[in-house]
Amino acid sequence: MFGAEEIRKSMSTILQSPTTAPGRFGPYGGRYVPETLMVPLFELERAYETAKADASFQAQFQNLLANFAGRPTPLQFAARLTEKLGGPRIYLKREDLLHTGAHKINNAIGQGLLAVKMGKPRIIAETGAGQHGVASATVAAHLGLECVVHMGTEDMARQALNVARMRMLGAEVVAVDSGSRTLKDAINEAMRDWVTNVRTTHYLLGSVLGAHPYPTMVRDFQAVIGREAREQILAAEKRLPTHLFACVGGGSNSIGLFHQFLGDPQVKMIGIEAGGRGGQLGEHAARLAAHQGFVGARPGVLQGTYTYVLQNEDGQIATTHSISAGLDYPAIGPEHAWLADQRRAEYSAVSDQAALDAARLLSRTQGIIPALESAHAIAGLVERLPKLTKNDLVILNLSGRGDKDMDTYSRLL
Amino acid sequence: MKTRIHERFTALREAGELGIVAYITAGDPSLDATLKFVLALAEAGADVIELGVPFSDPLADGPTIQRASERALKSGTTLVGVLDLVRRIRQSSRIPLVLFGYYNPILQMGLEKFAGTAEAVGADGVLATDLPPEESNDYRRILGAHHLDTIFLGAPTSTNERLANIAMCSSGFLYLISRTGVTGAKDHLPDDLPSLLRRARATTQLPLAVGFGISLPGHVSVLGGLAEAAVVGSALVAQIEKATKAGPTAGAIDSAAVALAEKVGALKQAARHGLSRREVAP
Repeated sequence: MFGAEEIRKSMSTILQSPTTAPGRFGPYGGRYVPETLMVPLFELERAYETAKADASFQAQFQNLLANFAGRPTPLQFAARLTEKLGGPRIYLKREDLLHTGAHKINNAIGQGLLAVKMGKPRIIAETGAGQHGVASATVAAHLGLECVVHMGTEDMARQALNVARMRMLGAEVVAVDSGSRTLKDAINEAMRDWVTNVRTTHYLLGSVLGAHPYPTMVRDFQAVIGREAREQILAAEKRLPTHLFACVGGGSNSIGLFHQFLGDPQVKMIGIEAGGRGGQLGEHAARLAAHQGFVGARPGVLQGTYTYVLQNEDGQIATTHSISAGLDYPAIGPEHAWLADQRRAEYSAVSDQAALDAARLLSRTQGIIPALESAHAIAGLVERLPKLTKNDLVILNLSGRGDKDMDTYSRLL
Repeated sequence: MKTRIHERFTALREAGELGIVAYITAGDPSLDATLKFVLALAEAGADVIELGVPFSDPLADGPTIQRASERALKSGTTLVGVLDLVRRIRQSSRIPLVLFGYYNPILQMGLEKFAGTAEAVGADGVLATDLPPEESNDYRRILGAHHLDTIFLGAPTSTNERLANIAMCSSGFLYLISRTGVTGAKDHLPDDLPSLLRRARATTQLPLAVGFGISLPGHVSVLGGLAEAAVVGSALVAQIEKATKAGPTAGAIDSAAVALAEKVGALKQAARHGLSRREVAP
């Protein structure tokens, strides 16, 4: 393995299969962790495979999704937004209506049940925007598990409401004051906690990141978004959508929406990354938007997985900037890297300002205040309007609500 | 393949002595300082030096080595710079040198270029903390072709089957992590350490080095007869941090070198006069 080109060449014979080895998406993914975590990862993989085939586990999962989280979520036609933009018909997948306010609860329920099944009394989580931390704390309280959430101090300041929610739910929030004091550093600290307490602790990772089986398992727990959306759009419009839009930090809400449509080649998938303040390294969190001038992303290994990573020439991981704490991360889920290489999904980035404008637009046309993360998806749709027609049919994943971002909105709008 | 690491462990075995493997982070507070430190450690009796290659996200390390990595990166340390440091060390010392770090900087340099340079400058072995044997086929093939020892970690959570596979992928020595956790000095060695050592011994002829949490002469004494070497890291890095707290002046670096030599000297003394295997066997 030398770099993306060499790997692509060496993988050319297996480019056709979606997953080439367990935990691999083409050349991406894998398991790059200290030895102490290898056996726990195998145990987790086995527990997950068993649970997947276990009817009682699935029944518990479905029951909590329905009665605790509030699934299915509506697929709502956005009439005034559609009219205002004057292009495609736009539907919103309303993950913002879920308990705790974002899609993160889907995965937290799945992994929480798995922790119980594995007999681990303690869960730990990392969080950026705080939505995954809140979801983890919520599920831990519901299932009677101890919960510790690692969170960067920069994120604790900008998502103070979610810090208070986690504490209200009985979770311990550990302030991470190293590095850029954001999501990446919270994951480092969570991994240090895990490697130390691995015998009693399940690491409830919140996105399609990290070592195998996490990217696959988290995707599977989030795939309910696309399964519902596919049925709902067929019922409402009698046809498949032409475009899917979702924001991409690690990439769990987007892969959750995309996955059920991977076999429908006519459905275009667009992942929107955080363009921050500009294209220079350190100013953005765009891993797959080099075509727009966002520099610094190359395949590399970070926090357990091989994927596109923002880094300097020497392989040191770059700091990132985004107004959205949930997208402020230097690597992207390995399956997205593979979908991008194959051109099955497209990725582009929008600026902090475009996301703010889009948040105001959605609030005033639809009466929905979106999370800053989801506002990126809306901005991505707005920027792509010139390429869309009235015949196009869009599903946009509204992954979270904006309560947590009110400080930022009231300061900047 | 007979590397300097192999030769040193052979000599230690013949002398019936426990080896001391000394870790410091390269570039903390500067590469020039690290050169001085390595020579001082070698002089004081260290048997193998692990040169930490600093990484922005050292997720297997505790606070002491995290801070050292930050200082090293702040002083402009790169993998290229660390390889050049090896070249400079080789101008005056034959001490076995292991490059110890994370996989991404090596991967970004390119395995072939990295291994070729490491061999040319006189490095002896490499350990990438976040590269398990399963992901290491190309790495082992290329480093092996350049006569570099590939050292992998064994952990208390590793099964016997995994330990056997890890040993098969390793050359030079097998590095056993004493406890589940990150690097960092601790007061006591864990109770299940002898069992890990026994399990590893049953799978391999390689010398066993024990690290993570080793800081005191007492730890080293206990390991005599059970392992071939003790790795001390954070306890040394803490000496550097303490001595250079007010700034990396020439005087501060000299006193850090003295402190490192004293620390390793004391550990080496404990290693030479350690308890025999018979006395600590359960």
